[in-house]
Amino acid sequence: MRYGSCETDGSGGRNGSGADQKVKKIRVALAGQPNVGKSSIINSMTGARLHVGNFSGVTVEKKEVFIERDGYEIEIVDLPGIYSLNAYTPEEQVAKKFLYNEDYDLIINVADANTLSRNLIFTFQLMDIQKKMILVVNMIDEVEKQGGMVDREKLEELLGIPVVLTSAKEHRGVDEIVDHIIEVYKSRKPKNKLFYDERIEEQIGKLVKVLHKSPHFKDPDEARFIAIRLLDRDEEIYKIIHDLPIFIELHEMLGQIYRELEMEFDEESTSDILSDERYAMAKALVLKALKKPPKKLTVTDRLDRLLIHPILGLPIFLFFMWLLFQVTFEVGSIPMDWIDAAFTEISNTVKAVLPDGPIQSVLADGIIPAVGSVIMFLPNILILFLGINLLEQTGYMARAAFLLDGFMKKFGLQGKAFIPLVSGFGCTVPAYMAARTLKNPKDRIITMLVLGFMSCSARLPVYVLLIGAFFPTSHAGNILFIIYISGAILGLIVAKVLRTLLFKGEPEPFVMEMPPYRFPSMKALGVELWIKAKLFLKKAGTFIAGASMIIWFLSSYPHDSRLAQSYETRIEATVDEAKKMELQGELAAKELENSYLGTIGKTIEPIFEPLGFDWRVSVATIAGLAAKEVVVSTLATLYAVGDADEKSNTLIERLRENISFKAAVALIVIIMIYSPCIAAMSTFWAEVPQWAWRGFYLVYPNVLAWLAAFGVYTLLGALGY
Amino acid sequence: MKPLTECTIGCEGRIVKIKAKDPIKGRLFSLGLAKGSEIKILDHTLAKQTWEVESDGTKIALREEEAASVFMEPVGGCE
Repeated sequence: MRYGSCETDGSGGRNGSGADQKVKKIRVALAGQPNVGKSSIINSMTGARLHVGNFSGVTVEKKEVFIERDGYEIEIVDLPGIYSLNAYTPEEQVAKKFLYNEDYDLIINVADANTLSRNLIFTFQLMDIQKKMILVVNMIDEVEKQGGMVDREKLEELLGIPVVLTSAKEHRGVDEIVDHIIEVYKSRKPKNKLFYDERIEEQIGKLVKVLHKSPHFKDPDEARFIAIRLLDRDEEIYKIIHDLPIFIELHEMLGQIYRELEMEFDEESTSDILSDERYAMAKALVLKALKKPPKKLTVTDRLDRLLIHPILGLPIFLFFMWLLFQVTFEVGSIPMDWIDAAFTEISNTVKAVLPDGPIQSVLADGIIPAVGSVIMFLPNILILFLGINLLEQTGYMARAAFLLDGFMKKFGLQGKAFIPLVSGFGCTVPAYMAARTLKNPKDRIITMLVLGFMSCSARLPVYVLLIGAFFPTSHAGNILFIIYISGAILGLIVAKVLRTLLFKGEPEPFVMEMPPYRFPSMKALGVELWIKAKLFLKKAGTFIAGASMIIWFLSSYPHDSRLAQSYETRIEATVDEAKKMELQGELAAKELENSYLGTIGKTIEPIFEPLGFDWRVSVATIAGLAAKEVVVSTLATLYAVGDADEKSNTLIERLRENISFKAAVALIVIIMIYSPCIAAMSTFWAEVPQWAWRGFYLVYPNVLAWLAAFGVYTLLGALGY
Repeated sequence: MKPLTECTIGCEGRIVKIKAKDPIKGRLFSLGLAKGSEIKILDHTLAKQTWEVESDGTKIALREEEAASVFMEPVGGCE
């Protein structure tokens, strides 16, 4: 067995002088196993513009950075973490598809220096693709700090591809990657040829010969790649050759090769033979190029003794969750008053500057208060997101999954499902995507069907508003915690019901890496938060402003001038100031009732009447299907337009005057359970192709929400509230 | 040779056989659990439903069923 490469030819040297006028583009695929710090490498590159989008056709987040250097525009695409080309989860499939089908110039493979030999096994698979490649060995600082060492030159020599040692945390080596990209791009293709055992190579050779007969595989590199993947039992590749004329010949030959190799190596499958080969190569390589640090009890070992302690683990976990919601509420409420004051000020300025009329009204009564009422909750949302990101990036989330697996299994879920469920507290959209880490389709669909019960951060504004209005401040954090916990418990119960009734069978096996505890880089966290804040402000400025404009229009028109006139004459006739105010209020309320929105509200009111909702709350509830923040902005508009009394200025006071306690609790229950926003619903549709489940998904949460709210309303009524 | 589930916390040894079928076998392999790897039992939950093992610097959580399909030859640390 050998590993090595053909010599790189010297052509890499000629460059620069005859500078091309056009900017040359280099497209790079950044691939690596999960938890190796790919994202932090991207985040710490100097002069990089970050762009966040989706992979085409799927909803997996795609991070790209663009860097300009020496007349090149370099685009680096961060692929989802992937353990092996024998992809296991749907998310890994996305990375694999990109590597197989997309057009890119070179691969950067990121490996974790701490677990180099395991990472190298994947590196070998990537090298089989026969693209230009650079190996980045990240987290080198951790190995060196413990007294270990990686011999970069040795690694380069043995692998035959450039190797860069980096520490994203210490910003070491990161910018060199860019130099290497340009250099490797310019060099005439240095083949990274990896040689397997002679007996395997012989069979690869046979396959390549047959493949050459097809016009698709004239390129020897590609033919070799296809041959190796066929031996690795790659179904994707098998599908490709299945439709070719050479298939019959190839198929027969493959069967024979499988049998021969399996006999010779005494293994169950040729895939196992290749795995053993790569495993042995990795071990041999690491032996030569890595000086392992002496085994010591690491911080992770010590922390794990406490955090996943058989008895103490669960209470500690619950404490962390409780703390998260306390902080979200308590700290988040500090800047709220300032934001509120700022928007009231803007609204008043608009009223003073613009002449009376529909334009002033749509701005001062419609858009500004509505957008303001939503932006107020930005601090809460950012804190919650920060918390969830911290849980995820420190590695604690995997521990929570470990602790809860036994418990989750009882409800027909598996420990890994815990990760999308907790992300659901942040936003349901990425949580649906996180469900891709579950391989089994049944597990995935159950998880996705109950994910909506994990209250997302967009629902937070509604809760915070209602809690502020109807509960004592001292209990606010606890009430919030109870709301979230009840949602989670409901989710588990529904999962159990679904598992027993609709999805019989065992949940998928649970095998998961427990990454070492790491303190995430502040910069990376900052970038994530910034992206989140930007997206939220954009949403508030466009979608929510638009929705509130519609609500404002529907609530202000049609204008009944006779009604207004009759009231105005009565107002002018009265001398008493208090009486005048009262009449003005009556007019505003009458006008609102006669508006389009009033009519709509009256039509749907019967549905919500048993829950004690008036038509305004009913409208807000329905509007919440667009986005949960819209519930707040709609309430703000409806109670602002319909209330001429300038004294009760805050929405909270108005709500107290108009909604009963039990109806408020019923509203909280509805918000907790019913369908998530349009964005989440369309994500679900994109992720779940079966029409039956799509239909079920649209109906059942709403029915359940109504029934639960009705139950709570009746119960509270019986208790005398 | 005995399955991981019959070992105690702190037990160290070498994997001698993996009975799991693909794709679980492949997944275990790509996490570093293969025939010949060193392995150490780190933890299990109270009811022994979920196990944590370490191999070559990687910590891996497994459910009882999967842990029972991995067989090791203990060398030390076992009770």
